[in-house]
Order: sequence, then C-alpha cells, then structure tokens
Amino acid sequence: MIDKIFYVLSALTIVSATLVIVSKHPIRSILFLVLTFFLISAHYVLLNAQFLALVNIVVYAGAIMVLFLFVVMFLNLNEDVEKHKSFLPWFAAVISGGSLMLIITSALEKSLLMSPYPTKDYSIGLVENLGSVLYREYLLPMELSAVLFFIAMAGVMLLSRKEKLN
Amino acid sequence: MENQVPEIFNVIPHTHYVLLSTILFVIGIIGVIVRKNVIIMFMCIEIMLNAVNLMLTSTSAYYSHSGGQIMVFFTMAVAAAEVSVGLAIIVMIYKNLKTINIDAFQKLKG
Repeated sequence: MIDKIFYVLSALTIVSATLVIVSKHPIRSILFLVLTFFLISAHYVLLNAQFLALVNIVVYAGAIMVLFLFVVMFLNLNEDVEKHKSFLPWFAAVISGGSLMLIITSALEKSLLMSPYPTKDYSIGLVENLGSVLYREYLLPMELSAVLFFIAMAGVMLLSRKEKLN
Repeated sequence: MENQVPEIFNVIPHTHYVLLSTILFVIGIIGVIVRKNVIIMFMCIEIMLNAVNLMLTSTSAYYSHSGGQIMVFFTMAVAAAEVSVGLAIIVMIYKNLKTINIDAFQKLKG
C-alpha cells in the first residue's frame, strides 16, 4: 500500500516540477511550483518528519510563493519574454542535466551501499523532538538566522529607498 | 507511532529517495539553463533547494539522526531571506530596464 503511495507521489512531483519549467505563463508556473511544494510536504509526512512538512507549507507555499505571485502581478508581464522558439537550448540542457544526473546517482549509490543502517528510534522528525534539539543544541544558529532575517529586511528597505532619493 | 518502525523504511529503499531528489535537482538545472525569464529562473533555484532538502530529510529519517532535518530548517530560513532580497533586486532592475529577460541583464558587468 505505502509503496504505491510513494510511487504515485513521486510521479506527481516529477510531473509538476517539469510543468513548472515548460509552462509559458509565469502565473501558471508559480501555481505548479506551489503544487510541487505541497507534494514534497506529503513526502515529508511519509518520512515521519512532521515538523518539516509544516514548516515547508508555511514558509515555502505560504510566504515565498505569495512573494513570487505578488512580484509577477506587480511587474505586469504582458509581453512574451521568450519570443523565438528554438529546441537547441532544450537539447543541450537535457543532455548536460542527464549526464549530471548519471554522475550524481552513481556516486551516491556507491556511497550509500557502503554504510550500514542503524536501527534506532524513528520519531526524530516529530515537532516535539526536533524542537527540543533545535533549541538545545542549535540555539546559536537559530538566533543567527533571526539576525539574518533582520539584515535581509534592512537590505530590502535600503534597496527600495535608494531609487526615491535619486 | 513512537516506538514501532514506520512501514516506509522497510518497504522503500533509500536509493529511491536519492533518485527522486536527483531528478528534481536536474529539472531545476534544466530550467535555469533554458528559461530566460528571471523569475522562473529563481523558481528553478527553489526547486533545486527543495531537492536538496528532500535528500537531507530522507537521509536523516532513514539513518535516524536529527542533524539533516535541522540543516533543512536553516536552509529554508536562508532561502526565505535570499528570495526576499533577490526579488527586490529584480523589481529594481525592472524599474530601470523595463524587462526581465536575462539577456538584457548583461548591462550588469562593471
């Protein structure tokens, strides 16, 4: 049962990620990207990582994608950016990407076959356990990410304010 | 739920998750190479980040070590900051050039 769920979910994820890069209109592309993020969240639930599934939906599908959608609507992209239709870039990109995929899979498969599978508890991805690890052992990086967000916010404000002075 | 091993770790080998995240990463790379719309190139970078996140999460879940999932959390935080600054830069360039075609961005050199 669960293997069927996994394969159907993987096929849907790959199809929707492919539709992101082949669809013409940016809005449609963004909506397929939101679908991809939800499917990846379903994979996280399948892997017993509930905390990351929640954070993925809230941060990616909720915040980042709304930002993308807002920017695309703000820029008013009526004209077609890619006018000429040429298959040569697609051909070159698929060839280079496929060779990269072969290299990565062969390298990772060799490294994964060597390592043993330890059997410990599989509940590390739950909200309670991951939260306690995050706030006990990784407290400093957590605070530093808050500083990073503050710097990003200040940078965006500076970027949008500079034009008004000129 | 807490004590018993979930069924997926016995049924699905870890190699399938490696293959899935590699395919997603390659789709992102193909999108960055082919598309000329800067926003869609940005979204392909997000696909690549999500592929890496899926790889880290699956490895961390299969080997029952929480370091990978913590890493995914910080990747998401950095990606959120990066997207906000990057989209602000794209909007600024659009104000100056009136286009988001990547070919027009070669004015950025020096």
